[in-house]
Amino acid sequence: MSQILCSPTPVTTQDGIRALLADKGGEEYYKQMRALPVDQNALANDLQQTCKSRTRTWLEICAHCGMCADSCFFYKANNNDPAQIPSYKIQSTLGEMLKRKGKVDTAFMMHAMDVAWGQCTCCNRCGLYCPHGIDTGVMFSYLRGILFKHGFVPWELKIGSGMHRVYGAQMDVTEEDWVDTCEWMVDENSDEWPGLEIPVEKEGCDVMYICNAREVKHYPEDLARAAILFHVTGTSWTVPREGWETTSLTMFAGDWEGCSQNLERIYAAVERLKPKMVVGTECGHAHRATVVEGPYWAGRESGDAPVPFLHYVEWVAKVLREGKLKLNPSKKIKVPCTLQDACNYVRNDGLGRYTREIMSYIAEDFREMSPHNEHNFCCGGGGGLNGIGLYRKERNIGLKHKLDQIRATGAQLVVTPCHNCWDAIRDMMEVYEEHNIKWTFLKPLLIDMMEIPPNIEHVSQE
Amino acid sequence: MMQTLTGPCFVISLTVFVVGMLVRAVWYVRGLDWRLERVAYAYHKDRSIPGALVSIGKWLVPGGTQGWRTQPVAAIAFFLLHFGAVLIPLFLLGHTVLLEHHLGISLPALPQGLADLLCIASITGLILIGVRRFTSPVLQQLNTRQDWFVLVLTFLPFFTGFMARLDIGAYDTWMLLHVLTGELFLVLAPFTKLAHIVLFFMSRAQLGMDFAIKRGGDSRGGAYPW
Ligand code: HEM
Ligand code: HEM
Ligand code: SF4
Ligand code: SF4
Ligand code: SF4
Repeated sequence: MSQILCSPTPVTTQDGIRALLADKGGEEYYKQMRALPVDQNALANDLQQTCKSRTRTWLEICAHCGMCADSCFFYKANNNDPAQIPSYKIQSTLGEMLKRKGKVDTAFMMHAMDVAWGQCTCCNRCGLYCPHGIDTGVMFSYLRGILFKHGFVPWELKIGSGMHRVYGAQMDVTEEDWVDTCEWMVDENSDEWPGLEIPVEKEGCDVMYICNAREVKHYPEDLARAAILFHVTGTSWTVPREGWETTSLTMFAGDWEGCSQNLERIYAAVERLKPKMVVGTECGHAHRATVVEGPYWAGRESGDAPVPFLHYVEWVAKVLREGKLKLNPSKKIKVPCTLQDACNYVRNDGLGRYTREIMSYIAEDFREMSPHNEHNFCCGGGGGLNGIGLYRKERNIGLKHKLDQIRATGAQLVVTPCHNCWDAIRDMMEVYEEHNIKWTFLKPLLIDMMEIPPNIEHVSQE
Repeated sequence: MMQTLTGPCFVISLTVFVVGMLVRAVWYVRGLDWRLERVAYAYHKDRSIPGALVSIGKWLVPGGTQGWRTQPVAAIAFFLLHFGAVLIPLFLLGHTVLLEHHLGISLPALPQGLADLLCIASITGLILIGVRRFTSPVLQQLNTRQDWFVLVLTFLPFFTGFMARLDIGAYDTWMLLHVLTGELFLVLAPFTKLAHIVLFFMSRAQLGMDFAIKRGGDSRGGAYPW
């Protein structure tokens, strides 16, 4: 193959994406990477720009005390492998790169890539256990940015970043596909729910809903469920024609330019449609990208989004609290169940109180994992790791740690309001052949349990 | 000899220490970049100030954080060393006299018994840290030459000061060594990881603000539960 697949240039065309996709498993892509030269001057400059006093201080004052070791699930899951200590992982990659002022070779960059994506999910847990407040996950995310800029990024994430740049979504879902899916879901469900709507591009609603391209492409019923829940709660809502995708593989890839493009699309939709608030679907990293980090990519000095942006769990907790969504208490989950705290909106956005509020409405026998809430462990598949074939083995080892944590609760159901965690939990049950534990998003549970108010017409389909 | 060491040399080493630390602190704050770090430092002061204070404060209390509680051995070694490491250089009678003489700063002095106790605790803490560095597989992976150097650099003034204090012979020699190693410590601290004496506060404040301003301070309704 003569075509250049692996290079520092981001993918910005459909042809570029097709070429990458045609290279099964990225075999040729990684082959080219092994021959990709490092532009050491540019690297030195990027290190200068990226590593200012915060990062340099973190790397310099690290006491090498090892208190972060036990906090990392990779370290635990790999039988306390010293090479998995957060401090070691970052010092031997970003730290070394800085020490050598960018004078590193291709093999070094590829090793750094293996560590940045295959040994860290940027879950930020180790940052809680470091007495100096050194947040290694944050440093890894910046290292990813540097590696991306120089072309050393796993194949799937190169594609993911390209998808966002070309389609404005993490998958090849065009605006037409999106609007069609909305119409299709209304058609599918309006026999059961007469009057059901998915209002596209309506101005001045209370809620603008944004979601995940995967839902649109692979589980459109999730969109239908969202619509039913808005319908039943009498919410005035809409979806934008453009700017509906809230996930960001660009964030996992370290493609900061792509990240701001995503943001601009969503914020432009807010500007056009002027909703009172934005609600995002049950996704962890999407919330991180859009609500936590996003305002900064859009250059907003206050760090706040232009209108309140709620994660789905915040919205659900709110409608339950306000009585707009009523659940039938006799339908509460009877089996022991537990809750997966997604790092991206629990540790990194404090929403654990809302998921717990929801659990109090839906579960009879709710059991916390240990540790939980802000101190939870990553599911094992975060930071883009779920999607990277090259590190499948590493990921599967890590998954065991979460599985043990789930098993220890005795739960038979894991409530998982995060796409990535959901995938990781599905995969761990398969890899470790655990057939007695189920996992679920919130939406299907709520639909099963809700009481339909008298003003909402419902035609049972049984 | 002793005159020079406790006179001009003392003043010089203390100046290097204080100026060096100040420069590092100022450089840290000036190097912060709200856009790069994605933390709106100038906004949400109602949350960011408590966030910074709690992030520092909780880590200064034994058992104050999940981190200290889950790592009792590291925590014990740390606190054994640090109570003395912070209090003795500033508040030991022998030291306050010097500070008063040269700088006119008069600090209250520790009672001798307490000072001895703190000193023994610090030396024990340093030995414990050393033993951990030798034996723990985690630390074996992380150890660098600088870690050992800093450990010895810290150990020497404690040990020599304590030997002089015990006064079991060769007082003058121990005192000479003490002053020498103490001044060496002061001069080198700003250029090694001992710069954490000020940068700890910077780094902890930054992360506390990071969580309070951006990562959930608003929804959490308070500082991060470390
Ligand atoms: C209030 C001031 C200080 C604070 C908050 C502080 C905090 C810390 C922290 C968080 C660590 C890393 C954890 C650990 O290694 O156990 C550390 C390590 C250390 N500190 Fe301090 N420190 C302070 C002052 C000092 C002073 C005055 C000295 C020396 C006289 C000192 C000597 C050391 C040494 C030698 C280590 C490294 C221990 C090792 O090798 O693991 N510290 N300090
Ligand atoms: C820089 C110049 C320094 C001078 C001139 C100095 C001077 C002294 C003097 C006069 C004593 C009293 C000894 C006695 O009781 O007879 C002393 C004790 C001591 N000094 Fe220093 N010191 C210096 C630096 C340091 C530093 C940097 C440290 C620790 C980091 C330190 C730790 C101690 C300790 C642990 C004792 C013994 C405490 C006790 O048990 O009473 N000194 N020093
Ligand atoms: S806990 Fe912090 S200071 Fe200690 S080794 Fe880890 S990163 Fe370094
Ligand atoms: S951020 Fe998470 S995965 Fe990465 S080193 Fe820290 S604890 Fe491990
Ligand atoms: S997938 Fe879920 S648990 Fe894993 S890193 Fe992302 S948010 Fe955290």
